[in-house]
Amino acid sequence: MTVPAAEPLKVADTELDSRLFLGTGGVPNLATLAECIEASRTSLVTVSMRRVSADSPGSPLQVVREAGVRVLPNTAGCFSAREAVLTAELAREALGTSWVKLEVIADEQTLMPDIVELLDAAEQLVDAGFDVFPYTTDDLSVARRLADLGCVAVMPLGSPIGSGLGICNPRAIAAICDSLDVPVVLDAGIGTASDAALAMELGCDAVLAATAITRAEQPARMAAAIARAVEAGLLARSAGRIPRRETALASSPFEGLLGS
Amino acid sequence: MTIRVNGEPTGVDDPITVHELLLRLDLPRRDVALAVDGAVVPRSAWEQTTLGPDAEVELVTAMQGG
Repeated sequence: MTVPAAEPLKVADTELDSRLFLGTGGVPNLATLAECIEASRTSLVTVSMRRVSADSPGSPLQVVREAGVRVLPNTAGCFSAREAVLTAELAREALGTSWVKLEVIADEQTLMPDIVELLDAAEQLVDAGFDVFPYTTDDLSVARRLADLGCVAVMPLGSPIGSGLGICNPRAIAAICDSLDVPVVLDAGIGTASDAALAMELGCDAVLAATAITRAEQPARMAAAIARAVEAGLLARSAGRIPRRETALASSPFEGLLGS
Repeated sequence: MTIRVNGEPTGVDDPITVHELLLRLDLPRRDVALAVDGAVVPRSAWEQTTLGPDAEVELVTAMQGG
C-alpha cells in the first residue's frame, strides 16, 4: 500500500506543510540555523524580539527569508501582560505578521508560565487582532480557557524549557489534545526524537523543538531525526495502536503445534 | 536634552523626530520596530513624531529565540 501523505496543519486559516516548528534559540551560528531549517523541513521558525545594539550577532531573519519559511515571533523574557503585549505589537510592526507565540514567564529559574498574566495578555492580543499561540502549562482548564479566549492554538509544555526531560505528564497532554478543537502544539521539554513521536502519538497536532536541535552535538542531524519522529508519530496515531494488556497475547497460532 | 535609547542615556538635539534620531545615531531602520514611552510608533509616523525630554525609546529587531 501507499502511505498517505500527512495532512498539512491548519492553523489561523493557514496550511503548514510541516508539523515541526523550529525554535532558533541556542543555535551556534547562522550557517547551522540554515542547515537545521533545511534538515527539519519546517514551515515555521520562531524568533525573539531584542534591543538593537551595535554588537548584536547577525539576525536570523535573512536566513529565515532565504529558506522561504514563515516566522513566528515570541515574547520570551516577558514577565507581565503589559510587557508581552508591547513586545507582540513591536513584533507585528517589525515583521509584518500578526502571529505571536505568547510567553509570559513567572521567574527566570523555572521559566514556567505565569497563568494570570498569560490569560490577561492572550485576551488583549486576541482583541487586538493577533493570532495568538500561547505557551502554557499542561493544565487542561488553562488550555481550555486560552482556546475559549480565541487563541488559534495552544502550546502546552512537556517539561521545563531547555530541560530535555521529554513529556513528564503524558496523560495531561493527551487530555488537552482530546478536549480542544484548536491545534495543540507540544512546546518545551523535547530532548530527542522519541519525545516528539510520543507527543504526536498522544494526539498533538505539531511539536516545537529548539534546544533539543540547536544544542545537540550535531544539530542538523537531530533536526532530521525529530522531523521524521513527528511524521512517524502522526502516522502511528492515525494507524490506531493496539490496546495495552496486563498479560501476554501470543501472536503465533496454537493450532498445528508439533505433538498436538 | 537627554533621552534614553534602549536604556542608555543619550544626548540629542531638541527638538528631534524619531526619524532624525535613527539617522543621527546611525541605527538600523529595516526589520525594526520602535516604541516611545511604552507605545509603538508605527514607521509611517516616524517623521512626524517629536521626542520630548526624558523620552524612553526602545528599538528592537528579531534575534534568535525559542
